[in-house]
Amino acid sequence: MGKLRIELHVNGHKRTVESYPMARLLDVLREDLGLTGTKEGCGEGECGACAVLLDGELANSCLVPVLQADGSSILTVEGLEKDGHLHPLQEAFAQTGATQCGICTPGMILASYQLLEQYPHPTDEQIRAGLAGNLCRCTGYQKIFDAVRQASQRTAGDE
Amino acid sequence: MFQTVGKSVPRKEGREKVTGQAKYVDDITFPGMLMGATVRSPVARGRIRNIEFPDDLPWEQFTIVTAKDIPGQNSVALISDDQPYLAREFVNHPEEPVVLLAHPDKYLVEKARQAVHLDIDPLPAVFGIEESLAKQQIIWGEDNILKAFVIEKGDVDGVWGEAAHIVEGEYRTGAQEQLYIETNGMIAIASPENGITIWGSMQCPYYVHKALLKAFSLAPEKIRIVQMETGGGFGGKEDYPSMLAGHAALLAWKSGRPVKMVYDRAEDLAATTKRHPSRTRIRTAVTAEGKLLGQDIEFVLDGGAYATLSAVVLSRGAIHAAGPYQCPNVRIRSSAVATNAPPHGAFRGFGAPQSIFAMERHMDQVARAVGLAPEELRRRNFLHTGEATATGQVIREKVKIEHLLDRALDLADYHSKTKAFAEQNQHSRVKRGIGFASFMHGAGFTGSGERYLQSVAGLEALADGRVRILASSTEIGQGTNTILAQIVAETLGINYDQVEIPRPDTNEVPNSGPTVASRTCMVVGKLLESAAIGLKQTLTKAELLEENYSGGDFAGACARYIERFGPLKSFCQYQAPPGIHWDDETYSGDAYGAFAWAVYVAEVSVDTVTCEITVDDFVALQEVGRVIHPVLAAGQIEGGVAQGIGYAIFENVVWKNGRMANAQMTNYIMPTSVDVPRIRVYFEEIPYEYGPLGAKGIGELPIDGPAPAILNAIENATGLPVNEIPLMPEMLMRALERAKAPLEASVG
Repeated sequence: MGKLRIELHVNGHKRTVESYPMARLLDVLREDLGLTGTKEGCGEGECGACAVLLDGELANSCLVPVLQADGSSILTVEGLEKDGHLHPLQEAFAQTGATQCGICTPGMILASYQLLEQYPHPTDEQIRAGLAGNLCRCTGYQKIFDAVRQASQRTAGDE
Repeated sequence: MFQTVGKSVPRKEGREKVTGQAKYVDDITFPGMLMGATVRSPVARGRIRNIEFPDDLPWEQFTIVTAKDIPGQNSVALISDDQPYLAREFVNHPEEPVVLLAHPDKYLVEKARQAVHLDIDPLPAVFGIEESLAKQQIIWGEDNILKAFVIEKGDVDGVWGEAAHIVEGEYRTGAQEQLYIETNGMIAIASPENGITIWGSMQCPYYVHKALLKAFSLAPEKIRIVQMETGGGFGGKEDYPSMLAGHAALLAWKSGRPVKMVYDRAEDLAATTKRHPSRTRIRTAVTAEGKLLGQDIEFVLDGGAYATLSAVVLSRGAIHAAGPYQCPNVRIRSSAVATNAPPHGAFRGFGAPQSIFAMERHMDQVARAVGLAPEELRRRNFLHTGEATATGQVIREKVKIEHLLDRALDLADYHSKTKAFAEQNQHSRVKRGIGFASFMHGAGFTGSGERYLQSVAGLEALADGRVRILASSTEIGQGTNTILAQIVAETLGINYDQVEIPRPDTNEVPNSGPTVASRTCMVVGKLLESAAIGLKQTLTKAELLEENYSGGDFAGACARYIERFGPLKSFCQYQAPPGIHWDDETYSGDAYGAFAWAVYVAEVSVDTVTCEITVDDFVALQEVGRVIHPVLAAGQIEGGVAQGIGYAIFENVVWKNGRMANAQMTNYIMPTSVDVPRIRVYFEEIPYEYGPLGAKGIGELPIDGPAPAILNAIENATGLPVNEIPLMPEMLMRALERAKAPLEASVG
């Protein structure tokens, strides 16, 4: 099968790629668009390191054929910083010790981002459930919970 | 009193990590780069007859490497150099590498990898500790024994007659996968003229350097190893990177082009190292009052097909086998045996979690036999300052283990919960329980290890007052960059922001030793503290700096020094603290410069119908010397405890003929955010005289305690003598059925 022209709206910018329709969105982001902040951890949708927001929904980009994303809006970790300012979640992850080796961090931040969209003031149970699809081997998750709580206060204060 | 130490300053590389800008090896690419792949043995043991390349692929486009292409020694240099880079005639474990392939198209190289056919005559293989010890097939050396030694103190054979109780037990632990979320990966550029450069994910750049020296017979300066941002290691990137870097370099050497090799998860799980499975048998003699008289311990590790690091894993495991207890007569017979599985390797704790699991489960059995509460039995036997461990190491440091026990039990509300659960459990299908483990963990290399390493670290001051750390110690998530910079800033009296730590590159930094064994803070930190003192002295002796100076004075002094004398550098080489003696022949003496001490308490619920186990609360109290960075230190403990919970009840490597049958994250289950309880972390600080600003090691300690604490809690909840981990629900179900059976029989 030949390559197709695929249009994506990535971090607010229109991007067009020539790609095999079944290429993984993960590979298109990393290899064709140079957005290497999205990581591969398992390639089977278990670890969440490759998580991005696809039309506002958290998706494991290793399981998404790029054809399925044609015309969609995608948010990756690179799209969170605004005018040189970190997103409150990024600040909170850095400050609370929620990032150790950093490989799960982009996906974890995007999962947290969606969690706070859904529940601006999440309970501990909502945080745990919201992050259950993102594996972290370093932190034991405690500092990640702290980061989400801290960011939820920060974003609430901004409102 | 401290400016930087003891404060949770921002992680040095934190901003890069939260913005996605940090560069891991798979994030970089070179023009003309090929993608490498590995053809691996499908059988556990056999003789290679032929390697077949079916006609339907354009093989002339591929770079193909086999054992005969290796310019130097075909073995990964480590301790006994018995593991080949590529099997030549025999394969000794499933997934053993035989052929390497490279091609510009990663899809085509994967197709080719699957197409290569290895024609192998199978040979009888050995799986598991029992089969290896039975010696019906000899698969390694003359007796399948990779390493064996005995630790002996007093006369253990003489105590059995005096014992009021003799308690025996057998304890088993399974393999455990490190499961760093970034798989192993390397990029190589290589040619006979320019030598080899490696960029990769690793813990020990100079291990890789040493290995490539032998594989390619090159001069040291022709090999350059650069550590990229590394997405977790936990020991899993201690020795294996030497193998993978060798493979990438062989393909690059033959093709003349850059080669990237990044394992997918299945390959990483199936082919790389795991924690050694173990079997420990303990026979204990104890007085009527609960004083230990003698401990006869047999500790066996399954090492897999090659020796790799097994000898040193065994050593640490055996030395920790007797626990933090004073016992006059101890014998620890230990051996690591060969099996036809991929070699087991380093994983946080390095043998100690296995033997400590056994001892801490066993101490609960001894307590029951004597009729004492578990905490009371331990209290009567704890090591004190001035007393000797099993290796005869007299503890010089101040020890507060009794206090740690009391405080941890208080924090966990242990006594009232023990009582309340016993009451509630009578009427509930969900049984609740609480248990604990008390333990110590030696920091730094075992025995003479640090002396052999002769590590060097240094500092370079720049004219603007910035100071660069020169060390090969790697940041793998644990916080190396941050804590080393804190130690240097504190010692020099300058701002934390003035201290920089460049990416380890063997062309730029000295060999500060491997990033393993909880040694980075205590040992390398100490070298840097000394180097910083040296730097200050250089400036004061040159009369450029007064005794009491400000950050601005320091920068001015550096500028004047550099203008007058040239580069301003200060290095320090390891020297053992005074009075440390170790005898490799008798396995006796001071095994470690210092120990960290801890008591961990776990609270569990066990559903006796579904056999589901949950950990409801966890208290981790430890004494680790000075805490350099409270948030990072707590992060080490929390992460280690979560891994320990996985080790105890979730992480099950299913073996089938020496191969991991569940090499997927779908069915090798590590704890998620819903599986870990609140982990309550507490520190006590007794500054260690020979650690930087009083710090000891911390990284491995937290993996030692959770599994025995959790299993002790499960026994407390259910009354079942559960002595094997991981304790999967089906094992618990069988144990429950066995416990019920005699009851029903007697009722019937």
